Amino acid sequence: MVSAAALPASAQIDITGNYEPIMHEDQVERIPGPDVGDYAGLPITEAARFRANSWSPSLLTLPEHQCKPHPSTYGFRGVGNLRIQSVVDPESEEIVAYTTHIRWMEQKRTIWMDGRPHPPEFAPHTWQGFSTGRWEGNVLVVETTHLKAGWFRRNGLMLTDAAKMTERFIKHGNVIQHVYMIEDPNYLTEPLIKTSGFLLQDRDYMEPYPCSYVTEVPRARGEVPHNLPGTEASNPSAEYAAMHKIPVEAARGGAETAYPEFMRRAQPAAGRTGAQ
Amino acid sequence: MVVPDVNDAAVRQRIVVTMVERSMKTRWSTASPVVRRTLVLASVLILGAVGMAAQQQNFDNIQVRSMHVQGKIWMLVGAGGNVTIQIGDDGVLVVDTQFDGMADKLIAEINRLSGGKPIRYIINTHSHGDHVGGNQKIAAAGAQIVAGNFAGQIAFRTGGGNPAFIIAHENALNRISRPAQGEPPPFEAWPTDTFFVESKDMYFNGEAIRLLHQPNAHTDGDILVHFRGSDVISAGDVYTNARYPNIDVAAGGSINGIVAAANNIIDLTVPADKQEGGTYVIPGHGRLADEADVVEYRDMLTIIRDRIQDLAQKGQTLEQVKAAKPTLDYDGRFGAATGIGNTDTFVERVYNGVKPPDPPANNRNRRR
Repeated sequence: MVSAAALPASAQIDITGNYEPIMHEDQVERIPGPDVGDYAGLPITEAARFRANSWSPSLLTLPEHQCKPHPSTYGFRGVGNLRIQSVVDPESEEIVAYTTHIRWMEQKRTIWMDGRPHPPEFAPHTWQGFSTGRWEGNVLVVETTHLKAGWFRRNGLMLTDAAKMTERFIKHGNVIQHVYMIEDPNYLTEPLIKTSGFLLQDRDYMEPYPCSYVTEVPRARGEVPHNLPGTEASNPSAEYAAMHKIPVEAARGGAETAYPEFMRRAQPAAGRTGAQ
Repeated sequence: MVVPDVNDAAVRQRIVVTMVERSMKTRWSTASPVVRRTLVLASVLILGAVGMAAQQQNFDNIQVRSMHVQGKIWMLVGAGGNVTIQIGDDGVLVVDTQFDGMADKLIAEINRLSGGKPIRYIINTHSHGDHVGGNQKIAAAGAQIVAGNFAGQIAFRTGGGNPAFIIAHENALNRISRPAQGEPPPFEAWPTDTFFVESKDMYFNGEAIRLLHQPNAHTDGDILVHFRGSDVISAGDVYTNARYPNIDVAAGGSINGIVAAANNIIDLTVPADKQEGGTYVIPGHGRLADEADVVEYRDMLTIIRDRIQDLAQKGQTLEQVKAAKPTLDYDGRFGAATGIGNTDTFVERVYNGVKPPDPPANNRNRRR
């Protein structure tokens, strides 16, 4: 492994190509998408839960919210094709960067391989963040900072712009296993780890994805849709738990709900669903 | 009629003070005695805290760092509020000047970036000491161009020098020249080029610059500085993504004014693509931002305001509202236990800004 790590980037395994996501993991969460109130198994803080309970899907009707792409903390969980390309220094022929492009909303990112530092703390943040990569053996390890306030699940589970992400791109034959680990001191009590598979394709069928906003709902200037605490809508986990006959404390999430000990303790669910 | 000796600095200052007093009296006279006492007390506390913090702060180890934003605009950070500078063939325009103790370092960095071009204008986004403290030194390091027949006016204002003009909203001049506590800064530090209407236009370094008053937001004298050619807004403290806003009620600030200012910024900004880039926004404190970042901030302020207003309208006291933790989801990112803009004070000022008015005293008596 040491000798592999010492090789120039261009001598490492080739991860470039066009890939299609394999929905072997968490498909329901990804297509059609999660239910509101489903936070089970996620290491969220009380603050993250409060914010998600306050979140209303109507927020996405605001013009200024309509053209947001998935941040890199979620995009690899989406459904779009993935294109990975290398950027080569014409003089040295070294790979100085990789670019990733995910189809939906054109999520484009550069992963710098030339050892450059991350920008200062007062530099702007972007949806895809600022990424630098390095090889650990045949695994491409990517560190991303300077992310905008984004999300890691499409039901109001948000991230602050203090979040950081570490990824690993692991290639087995024609499959890339993408592993990401997100840390957010505000909304996660411990790192959130997810994996997603991508299958190499023979053809490149990336399409453009322009976006322009429209006024979908007439609203008063500055109105921001959200659920006020104490309202029925601000307790979505109760409805979700009742619908799926699981304990409401499981639906409400938290690191403890990810472990088998919790599952044993939480049985049986009868008579406890929907209760706060 | 006795003609005042305009060569005397004290006389020049007295003339401007008289003009400021006349301006303030109009607004002050409309406030009730209770409001006046509250404003004075709060103002004393706030200005005292800012002043003491500045005096106690040692700037020796603080460096000025800079970053090109786009077009002709640079962002400078050090101690105090962020500084915006515009550099072009006509010279340098500076928005906000941090503390007096940072002025020499700022001047050095401005000279480095501009290649020694003269500083022609300073614009103050509002009156607070962490944004105007370097006015005097930085203005003195600059040089304004004036028509020959106006040279006398410049000499009158400056005592013979030719420093950069200092521009602000009239309410900011009022606050700087007549602080609620302590002595005002030297006359040469005052932004005596003021406007009192909703906007002022300039054209400098080949681009239009709009100064847009944001009434009763962080203070009563906030302005956005919009560089239309470079497509950058210098927002001052109506947008601070490092913390909850400091709603300086004593200086005329209000939660609804801050929310309105955030919406105004969103109206001005145009993202380049996928809600990113395009118009950049330099906050009063914190990192460089674009529209999506301001939207996140506006959403946060609006949601918290709505929650507290809902509780207040249900008759909950301030203590009950604080116990309900209406800012819980944003405290980790924007909250602070102490200092200016701390969470407790923020909640209190939002509450006081949205609670239903107390019934008149005679109505209360009648109920008894």
